[in-house]
Amino acid sequence: MKSFRRLVNPYLVWAALMIVLPMLIIVFYAFSEQGNDVIPVKLTFDNFVRFFSDSIFIEVLGRSLKLAVVTTIICILLGYPAAYFIAQMAPDSQAVMVLMVTLPQLINMLVRTYAWRGLLLETPFSPEVKVYIGMVYNFLPYMILQIYTSLSKMDPSLVTAAHDLGCDEKMAFLKVTLPLSIPGIISGITLVFLPAVSSFFIPKLLGGGSYVLVGNLIENYFVTTGDWNFGSAISLIMALVILVSMYFTRKFDYDKEAV
Amino acid sequence: MKKNKWFQKLYVWLIMAFFYLPIVYVVLFSFNESKSLTKFSGFSLRWYEKMFATRAMMESIYYSALIAIIATVVSTIIGTIVAIGLSKSSRLIKQVVTQVNNLPMLNPDIVTAIGLMLLFSTLNVPTGFFTLLLAHITFCIPYVILSIMPKLRQLDENLAEAALDLGCTPFQALYKVIIPQIREGIVSGALVAFTMSFDDFVISYFTTGPGINNISTYVYATTKRINPSVNALSTLIVLAITLILVLSNVLPLIKARRMKNDEKAA
Repeated sequence: MKSFRRLVNPYLVWAALMIVLPMLIIVFYAFSEQGNDVIPVKLTFDNFVRFFSDSIFIEVLGRSLKLAVVTTIICILLGYPAAYFIAQMAPDSQAVMVLMVTLPQLINMLVRTYAWRGLLLETPFSPEVKVYIGMVYNFLPYMILQIYTSLSKMDPSLVTAAHDLGCDEKMAFLKVTLPLSIPGIISGITLVFLPAVSSFFIPKLLGGGSYVLVGNLIENYFVTTGDWNFGSAISLIMALVILVSMYFTRKFDYDKEAV
Repeated sequence: MKKNKWFQKLYVWLIMAFFYLPIVYVVLFSFNESKSLTKFSGFSLRWYEKMFATRAMMESIYYSALIAIIATVVSTIIGTIVAIGLSKSSRLIKQVVTQVNNLPMLNPDIVTAIGLMLLFSTLNVPTGFFTLLLAHITFCIPYVILSIMPKLRQLDENLAEAALDLGCTPFQALYKVIIPQIREGIVSGALVAFTMSFDDFVISYFTTGPGINNISTYVYATTKRINPSVNALSTLIVLAITLILVLSNVLPLIKARRMKNDEKAA
């Protein structure tokens, strides 16, 4: 059976070329700039200096983080009760509800966002509110499904035991159900926060040109301006910010478990 | 308690209303007589006629389906082979491949997308159908591997050994013993790959070339103008997905019921 090991080898080459190399090229572009005919490329930190010395870029980064954080919080606040109530239903209804939450998700994201554009066209909402509606709409199903999965795995006799031991409804929820559903919330956060930071077509379609996020900046520098070096630097900064925030979310999860 | 249940149901249905509002809107306005996106003035099929007459639109459906089918088939085959190989590999190789596969799954799509775009440009590969397909295969494979690995872990190693002892070649052991047992993982991997590919916008947007659009990039490019035939296109997608989902969920139920009846009859 050891001979099956060799099956992996071609993929090692493929993954090196198609997954690892592209990341290295981004790093290379981020730390370099287009030179002249004599020296075609020059290594430099300028792209990062440029980003952090301009308050507009910092503002855009801050706005993207805020959008992602607020979207995630709204999704937890709206999604948790929904997941909890679905988990309380009869098994057959639960299956139907899960199917109903899944169905809109399978419809192309662009198509769904385009629908909201028409729906919100003549509403008095500000571009910011429209973007928030679109974001919550797109990401809420992920949150509901993750929390629902962790709730439905829970042993219902635990809650009964809590009642027998003198907890009222509220105490049983706070002391038993909620802590046990934290893993679901954490994976929900991963599925919402991560793509929310980098989203660029929802703000573009629903916010018009007035609501610029990091994703839009990257798009502009790659597609419109053609300044790939600066665009790569922005993506690197964004990837780093996401990595750091995910690290803290996970750490929070472990700390909770330790208690 | 009774009152509570009533409130719970209401809340869930309100969330469902939120989810289905834009879908109902799109279906309704795809039959609108006028170009307006906010006022329904009467029933007509003109946006469907326009959709079928717009070549770029029909092409985008064609490319979405074609790319999704090829990417699913290729990534499922490669993913299955790699997963089986990995299950026999050393711990180091396993860890390296898992970490590398995590990159496209954990990175924001836009980072994966510009990475591939820069790669194609560095290697002087002109962007178009080929690069789009390559990009889709690349981001689908890790998901296929991820859904097959747990099935392989449950697999009894002795079965394949027994097949070899009984005279199977390694290839026969693979295809007669291992594959049938991990079929469930392969099927779910293929489904994930198809959905990911069919739904993708960000990676397609950066890796496709002039003239090649899938549904996502087409819709994105046309949103600058009001174009109600996009609603007709959306309605078709909604219809197709609802049909697939209902059939795949209802058919097993009917089958199960029939089997039960047969048993009763016998």
